[in-house]
Amino acid sequence: MRYLAANTAHEAAEALASEPGLSRILAGGTDVLVQLKAGMVEPDLVVDIKRIPGIRTISAEAGGFRVGAAVSGAELGEHAGLCALWPGIAEGFQLIGSTQVQGRATMAGNLCNGSPAADSVPPLVAANAVARITGPDGDRDVPIADIPTGPGRTTLKKGEVITSIFLPARPDRAADAYLRFIPRTEMDIAVASAAVSLELDPSGTVRSARVALGAVAPTVVAVEAAASCLIGTSLDDEALARMAAACEAACAPIDDKRGTIEFRTRTAGVLARRAALIAYARAGGSK
Amino acid sequence: MKKVHVSTTINGDPYEFLCAPDESLLDVLRDRLGLTGSKEGCGTGDCGACSVTLNGRLVCSCLVLGAEAEGAEIATIEGMADGDDLHPLQQHFIDHAALQCGICTPGILVAARALLEKNPDPTDEELRYWLAGNLCRCTGYDKIIRAVQAAAAEMRGA
Repeated sequence: MRYLAANTAHEAAEALASEPGLSRILAGGTDVLVQLKAGMVEPDLVVDIKRIPGIRTISAEAGGFRVGAAVSGAELGEHAGLCALWPGIAEGFQLIGSTQVQGRATMAGNLCNGSPAADSVPPLVAANAVARITGPDGDRDVPIADIPTGPGRTTLKKGEVITSIFLPARPDRAADAYLRFIPRTEMDIAVASAAVSLELDPSGTVRSARVALGAVAPTVVAVEAAASCLIGTSLDDEALARMAAACEAACAPIDDKRGTIEFRTRTAGVLARRAALIAYARAGGSK
Repeated sequence: MKKVHVSTTINGDPYEFLCAPDESLLDVLRDRLGLTGSKEGCGTGDCGACSVTLNGRLVCSCLVLGAEAEGAEIATIEGMADGDDLHPLQQHFIDHAALQCGICTPGILVAARALLEKNPDPTDEELRYWLAGNLCRCTGYDKIIRAVQAAAAEMRGA
């Protein structure tokens, strides 16, 4: 294995594109180094992206924030402006792993690891966040929802590196929330999860909504049918019940020792309902 | 495998070493630099026995490559006591019998210090969540929590 600490995104992309063997991108390393240790991958080249200028910073952009691909959970959690604008993204990301893992783990890495249970991904999908990808031929912007294709698989092509994730601007009276179910209180992987992002009008009616579910399908899924149940309502019980039913209908989970199909399906709807109520309250809606 | 040359700072002292590109910082600390205070429990970031700070952030040194230490500031358990004078956390761990076998202790001390630097007066709940990535199979944790709280109280008074 060779180790390259790339100094520019282009250098990283070129090195990855021209490597004939197996390569891995190293950001926080909390997945990649575990895979190395377990012998799951034996890369010929590891490209460390943390020395690329700007990749460890959060910058204000167009009313939103651009989060560098190597920003850790601990760093993101200390950014008051981002946490106020996108509280659901901050809470989803910070649920991952321990304090030690938070010192290194990144949202882009969580996304590229391709787990359907990745805690930072549902809130990014609900936020309509956009990944900026640098490849040998230049940059492209891709919605987060279009990146995972299945467990451990993404649409990124050889030589492509996510360099930042853009979180868009929000109007006043908008917020998001993320909830997951795990059988204990810390250090576990979601059995089912839900993120909801809402924008309210001044009367407290939902003007726009996005709902995304985790760990209930081969990828995180955006459930437009669920979101549309919320639009035009003030989250009355009937709207929430229809939304939960739409979430259940979108579930196609695995059945394993951590959760049965029935449990994951039911839980996804319950979590989406609770996350919607939290997002609603955070956005200034009162019930 | 071609070795990587690394210059770094550990506990305030400059260090240089050669390591394999896939070698963890933990293996470098223990096997190349003789800093065996950091322990290997799981080697996969689950147990926290190898906790160090890297540029001020608490991390598992088993989940860091040695090569990534280039130009970094690392703090390990070896830098905690001031000569023969134990850090208040270390002294209170002894006084409260907050350890038995001791494998988890260096990692817990490093992690607890990182918390107290950020939050000198944590609640028990904050402390337990902060240390959730540090596994101890001997003490049942209560004595650890009491020792850290006693050290925190002493450090606030100091």
